[in-house]
Amino acid sequence: MTTVMKVSGLSKHFGGVRAVQDVSFELGENQLLALIGPNGAGKTTCFNMLTGQLKSDSGSILMLGKEMTGLKPRQIWRLGVARTFQITETFASMTVSENVQMALMSHEREMFGFWARAKDRYVPDALELLMQVDMADQARRPCAELAYGDLKRLELAVALAHSPRILLMDEPTAGMAPGERKSLMALVAGLVGKGGVSVLFTEHDMDIVFGHAEKVMVLDQGELVAAGTPAEVRANPLVQEIYLGQPARIDQSGDEGAADA
Amino acid sequence: MSDAPFYFAQFLTGLASASSLFLVASGLSLIFGVTRIVNFAHGSFYMLGAFTAYSLVNALPSGIFGFWSSVFLSALLVGLIGAMFEFVVLRRIYRAPELFQLVATFALVLIIQDAALWIWGAEDLLGPRAPGLDGAIEIFGERIPEYDLALIVAGPAVLLAVWLFLHRSRWGTLIRAATEDREMAGALGVNQSLLFTAVFFLGSFLAGLGGALQVPREAASLLMDLNVIAEAFVVVVIGGMGSIVGAFLAAVLVAELNAFGILVLPKITIVLAFIVMAVVLIVRPWGLLGKPQAGQHGAGEPEQPLRPLAGLPLVAALIVVAALVLAPAIAGDFMLVLLTDFLVAALFAASLHFIMGPGGMISFGHAVFFGLGAYGAALLVKFAGAGMIVALAVAPLCAAAAGVVVGWFCVRLSGVYLAMLTLAVAQIVWSIAFQWQDVTGGDDGIVGVWPAQWAASKAAYYYVALVLCLGGIWLLHRFTHAPFGYGLRAGRDSSLRAESIGINVHAHQWMAFVIAGGLAGVAGSVFVFSKGSIFPDELAIPRSVDGLIMVLLGGIKMLFGPIAGAAAFTFLEDIVTRLSYWRAIFGGLILLIVLAAPDGVAGGFARLTTRWRGKALQAKP
Repeated sequence: MTTVMKVSGLSKHFGGVRAVQDVSFELGENQLLALIGPNGAGKTTCFNMLTGQLKSDSGSILMLGKEMTGLKPRQIWRLGVARTFQITETFASMTVSENVQMALMSHEREMFGFWARAKDRYVPDALELLMQVDMADQARRPCAELAYGDLKRLELAVALAHSPRILLMDEPTAGMAPGERKSLMALVAGLVGKGGVSVLFTEHDMDIVFGHAEKVMVLDQGELVAAGTPAEVRANPLVQEIYLGQPARIDQSGDEGAADA
Repeated sequence: MSDAPFYFAQFLTGLASASSLFLVASGLSLIFGVTRIVNFAHGSFYMLGAFTAYSLVNALPSGIFGFWSSVFLSALLVGLIGAMFEFVVLRRIYRAPELFQLVATFALVLIIQDAALWIWGAEDLLGPRAPGLDGAIEIFGERIPEYDLALIVAGPAVLLAVWLFLHRSRWGTLIRAATEDREMAGALGVNQSLLFTAVFFLGSFLAGLGGALQVPREAASLLMDLNVIAEAFVVVVIGGMGSIVGAFLAAVLVAELNAFGILVLPKITIVLAFIVMAVVLIVRPWGLLGKPQAGQHGAGEPEQPLRPLAGLPLVAALIVVAALVLAPAIAGDFMLVLLTDFLVAALFAASLHFIMGPGGMISFGHAVFFGLGAYGAALLVKFAGAGMIVALAVAPLCAAAAGVVVGWFCVRLSGVYLAMLTLAVAQIVWSIAFQWQDVTGGDDGIVGVWPAQWAASKAAYYYVALVLCLGGIWLLHRFTHAPFGYGLRAGRDSSLRAESIGINVHAHQWMAFVIAGGLAGVAGSVFVFSKGSIFPDELAIPRSVDGLIMVLLGGIKMLFGPIAGAAAFTFLEDIVTRLSYWRAIFGGLILLIVLAAPDGVAGGFARLTTRWRGKALQAKP
């Protein structure tokens, strides 16, 4: 299996808090890889470094054979890496379709166009993408009116707009109803199955993780403590300890929440 | 014999000025910290404090007791006026966009201006010296007024008192909590309304105290309000919005800068302070001791998606354009001049709206671009002997070039700090225009800038203005609907999302500044030929505020809002300025509109049509 992303020795400190500590892993082509861990484990910090939102203290991030550390989010996106946000980030003053059209226009480098009508650009393509996430019937609605689950699906459509090779999803199903969660992840798994895109996602819902991921990594207090197939990870005593907890551990977990903020 | 004693004396004078500056700035900072309102009227409270203290000192029996009780009573009175303003006006518009609150406070500036003129007259009033502190003490051979020394003590004393109040009392704790996170404080059951009123009282009290204490040093005058507010803004921004200690440090810094700057560059002391502020903002975008502002949660309803101009609105727009084209056939010269003013104002407001609406960046200094266009044209005519066409073509480029420079700084900041930087730029450019006598003519301005022969008649020039201004507005409209405008809106809606789909948000905002600057420059150059002259007032802060008022009158979320706003503004101003005490009337009108239609004239209209449309939809089976 070819590797599309290779992270080595990634670290980040916030003051005295070691949010992410020497994290290394690889994402294979057409792989659905999950990154899990309790609150404050450093998942979002890790994620923000991968997407260029946050500068790492040390380590390297190779994606599609290119070094990504130090690049801005928009440069990383240009190289074929898309992302979705834990709390949705959409353009509230635009329609659903326009949100997708923005990504398409940006991909075609039309953002500094001063003449064309933005509204009319790539409407069919946007509709096709919205169809993929089952949102075509809402294409003309103002984005501000959407239910949260629909926003999450819209984010996925936006992320898919430039046919990314890598898709990074930070808690893709957070805030969705249980039924919606399953269908969204089934959709993502389907995309990966069709080939062309590899997905790294963080998730809290263990049913989702163990139901869909090919490989699961466990982050605890900033460090990767386990990795393997869902079955392996599930059987790992350390992981069980982290998730089920032991009275002695609770006393030590002082830095909870600091890194995920 | 060295100059050391002289410099020391200068240093002490600086400290004394720092104290009163601190009093004003700390109040402003407190109010902003808790309510997030940029209180333009704070300088007016300071001025009121000075005037009431003057009257009370003369009314009460002279002596130490009389003097100090007048100072205290004035501060108390001003505090009550501030609290009342919060209670009667601001409380009703906390949910409106923050700019509305700002415009409301500016309306208060106008009202207090005229109230002071009515009560105390136009003369400067110098109060008596403070009893018991009317002498001078010799330090190192330099005579230092005792009152200055008292002020030097008073500043830190008030700082200590406010600090103790904020850190040791329950109310102070609540104020600090609300400064940190207003929503959270509200969620924890803090009575926000009461807290806001209390903070307004305290802040205004401090401003009044600052003004009252100034009476023995400086004559109370009607210019005090805007003079002090510019400096107070600078102090608050340098110190960090919401930080009292920061305000003190910055007040000392600015006051000393003035005290010593005046020895080196007597003409540009205010510029010096603004330059320091610009530097501080670039290095520390939230001031020396301030904290980065927490993101605003749920800042009002999001804007509706853009619709291309079609159907009824298109017909309406075409009718307006047709009416404007045909106007010279029926309108007299006077009306044509007024319509020219309207066209200039409309383009000015539309260009400001471009950075404020789609761009989401508040500018307090948009008149700079307008003024540079106007001065550019005037200077081209005067020094280069350029014709009207050349001047009209080249001057906007000067304004656009200024947009390149100003925009580069501005896109690195956000929110109030950005607004403050634009204010600083405006003040600097104004000072230059005001003081560079040889080139700009200073206060006398540049006169004799008339249109070319063929455009000399009012009607001909009206058509020049019509073509240029409507053309500019049409361009802005086109840009807004183009991918560029969408990119700008995308950056405003969610810069995170925009950046993560490859949109360079800063580049869009920067470009928006250049475009808006250039088109405001067009408005300015059209203006100068219509009036035949240009004075520094045209690029001063009140002119920028005019632009803000027009945009807000029209409704910031409305594409055609600025045009409606400009129309309302131009014709109201024309009617009202003929009356005596027009400022108060104008201020009252602004307050009325702000209270009645928080989404502007056009916004209110749109709300009505949406409601009507909504009913029509519901009526369908």
